[in-house]
Amino acid sequence: MIDLATQTRQYCTFKLAQYLCGIDVLVVHEILRQQPMTRVPLAPAVVKGLINLRGQIITALDMRIRLAFPPREDGKPPINIVVTVGDGAEASTAALLVDEIGDVVDIDPATCEPPPDTIRGAVRDLIHSVCKMDKGVILILDTAKAVRIE
Amino acid sequence: MGDLDGLVKEFLVESYENLDRLDKEFLQLEQQPGNREIISSIFRTIHTVKGTSGFFGFEKLQGVAHAGENLLVKLRDGALAINQDISSGLLRTVDAIRAILGEVERSGVEGGEAYPGLIAELEALATGTASAKAAPDATIAAEPIAAPAAAPVTAASAVSIEMLARPSSQSGELAAKPAEAAAGQSLADQSLRVDVSVLDRLMNLVGELVLTRNQILQHAGTSASQALVTTGKRLDHITSELQEEVMKTRMQPIEAVWGKLPRVVRDLAKQVGKQVRLEMEGKETELDKSIIEAIKDPLTHMVRNSVDHGVEKPEKRIDAGKPAEGCILLRAYHEGGKVTIEIRDDGAGIDPARIKAKAIEKGLVTVEAVAKMTEREVFGLIFAPGFSTAEQVTNISGRGVGMDVVRTNIEKIGGSVDIASMVGTGSTITIKIPLTLAIIPALVVTSGGERFAIPQINLLELVRIERDKASTLIEDVYGAPVYRLRGQLLPLVYLSKELGLPVSESAAINIVVLQADETHFGVVVDSVLDTGEIVVKPLDKQLKNLAVFAGATIMGDGTVALILDVFGLGTRASAMGKNRDARKGAVAAAVGEAKEPLLLFQSPDDGRMAIPLSQVVRLEEMDVSKIEGAGDIEVIQYRGEILPLVRVFQVLPERRRNPRNPEAGVQPDLLPVVVHSHGSRQVGLVVGRILDTVEESLKLQRAAGRAGIKGCIVINSKVTEILDVESVVRTVVPDFYKA
Repeated sequence: MIDLATQTRQYCTFKLAQYLCGIDVLVVHEILRQQPMTRVPLAPAVVKGLINLRGQIITALDMRIRLAFPPREDGKPPINIVVTVGDGAEASTAALLVDEIGDVVDIDPATCEPPPDTIRGAVRDLIHSVCKMDKGVILILDTAKAVRIE
Repeated sequence: MGDLDGLVKEFLVESYENLDRLDKEFLQLEQQPGNREIISSIFRTIHTVKGTSGFFGFEKLQGVAHAGENLLVKLRDGALAINQDISSGLLRTVDAIRAILGEVERSGVEGGEAYPGLIAELEALATGTASAKAAPDATIAAEPIAAPAAAPVTAASAVSIEMLARPSSQSGELAAKPAEAAAGQSLADQSLRVDVSVLDRLMNLVGELVLTRNQILQHAGTSASQALVTTGKRLDHITSELQEEVMKTRMQPIEAVWGKLPRVVRDLAKQVGKQVRLEMEGKETELDKSIIEAIKDPLTHMVRNSVDHGVEKPEKRIDAGKPAEGCILLRAYHEGGKVTIEIRDDGAGIDPARIKAKAIEKGLVTVEAVAKMTEREVFGLIFAPGFSTAEQVTNISGRGVGMDVVRTNIEKIGGSVDIASMVGTGSTITIKIPLTLAIIPALVVTSGGERFAIPQINLLELVRIERDKASTLIEDVYGAPVYRLRGQLLPLVYLSKELGLPVSESAAINIVVLQADETHFGVVVDSVLDTGEIVVKPLDKQLKNLAVFAGATIMGDGTVALILDVFGLGTRASAMGKNRDARKGAVAAAVGEAKEPLLLFQSPDDGRMAIPLSQVVRLEEMDVSKIEGAGDIEVIQYRGEILPLVRVFQVLPERRRNPRNPEAGVQPDLLPVVVHSHGSRQVGLVVGRILDTVEESLKLQRAAGRAGIKGCIVINSKVTEILDVESVVRTVVPDFYKA
């Protein structure tokens, strides 16, 4: 007998522009309100700055810029989702700046589909899959790819 | 090991410590063969081992120690003189004792090896009938850095050395290596293995504690509660101390790795029939523990290579006109936010043609590719996998594994390796490794509203120019701003412009004069805040390619500041022209004049004067009210002595033109005094306002126009008189220079 519960996975959801996005809850370290940030001159635009997380220096990445959305307008401070991807020496911790934090939801892989082919550009790689919920869709992001910038 | 008797444990710990000392003593003994004190000390150690092992019933150990002791008795009594064979025999005795102790530590019994060959050799040496040939069982121990698990006995001994290599250090051995872990817990009570990641966390937590403390102290400052204030102070002290100690746990002097190399070099040199001296500079250079671990093997490998391939055999060296003894120099120093380690030998050097030929022969590169390579690229081939130029493969080096592993290991920690070589004069291997968690002193500046830390090691001086003078002092050379720093053109880099930050107008221009790779340049910043020790934290992988930053650090208030990489910044701003310095050198060489530092001061008649800095002991400001009279001269009490004063401007005859400015005659409360000495005598020269020190050649461009002046030179486009200190002093204290 297959235990259905093991098939569903939990995702941490957040709002970005008009979309609801989700990342695997297992990579999420913690959620922080706006933090004091140090700008990094000459860095790519997606790098918003460095924050001090209890002595560890973490790069903050603006997910709006990462996903090619227009910049945040309403002046609402972004939320930091601290994530760690990779293991051991390859591990990399970053803070993802998002608009609003949502619930942790259980998602059955059966309700997910690969992103439609009509999404163009570099963003396509970042979207792992699209989950169909009753009220709309959740864009499941590939966190490891989202954190990696060239 | 858990069932080992407490007494045996104590014996093991004590013996290991003594044996480690013995290694050093034997090497000392080779340099001072007649030193009875060292021989006695060695004898005592071996004797103790023998006695105690007899007590515990370790018969094999006792046998080896006994044979060694017999030989030592002869040495101590002067019946035999130490030579290479004897000291090698004794060193192997130490190795054998170590191996047996290792076996005891692991299994509780001595193990099978009884070393009959070694004992026979020692006996032969003691009776003076030794043949130079080493006994078969001793060769195991003769190879000091054997491949892991090559021989169980050797491996066990290596483990013990590892564990007790630094018994006095609290940090001791931190990173557990699999081979060591297999040996079980360390016997050394003084040291403890701690996972480096635990220390990392500890370090971060202490950082947090420091910030929390700062906040508490702020609250305490505004609180009326006396108890809170005192508790806050105690918290302050404890936190500072804790922080210091935790930082120390991660830092180790490079000596931790180098300490083992003299023995390695000595054994290897003897094995291949060479004479090699090992010198070290910068032993105290501190490195992060993880880096020490990572460079240990590559460094040993490279030093062995230098002995085996670099330094020639004595007869060859003599033929080449070099001393028979070769020299390997290890240097370590901090530079540009990195640690540089150099391994320099004065051996035969590497012939690029031979590398090319070998690389082609081994099929590593094609003939066409080699033809296009620069010399540096050719040397780079040494690091290619499978490369070896050794004519014959020895058990030391030449198997073609090694240099590529060396490079991989060093690149793994973000470092680089470079080889430079001159045929006939030797090779230098330069390893540059990042500091990662190293603690460095830094200067904190602001630019464009952001704070940046600049490593002090790159810092030469700070220059401040008032905004209204900036337009005249900062000149333009075809679009490039420059500042004349003591007559030399200093290219300027505006930090805010370079980093694309908003340019702000500050009241003054602050120039931070930096040095990177022998080049000087000035960085213009908005303000200079403070200096302090900072902990360098590496930037995340995503930002690694920003060469302008060496890392980041957390400031006292908890915010993050970026650390500038001076080399990277200079490269970005193209301030690091190689030609410029070469040209400067050429210009200076053409002029062919030695420059001398001069002290510049103002004379009351609005002119400038200078004294060679070599004639100045100190600069002081004397309180006018303290001046007393003694006979017809003025004196002042200075450091418990009576210092006669010479008022330079009263001694000098007045100039006809430019009469003395009456304003300058008004005496300020503090007189600038230049203390000048001859032998034990001192005199104070009262001069005008002190302006600067400059370097200028003392080639007088005009002869003296008045007494007390040697002549004139032009400094910073102003005519400056050079004071004839001796004649001026003589007018007041006639016999000052008499013997």
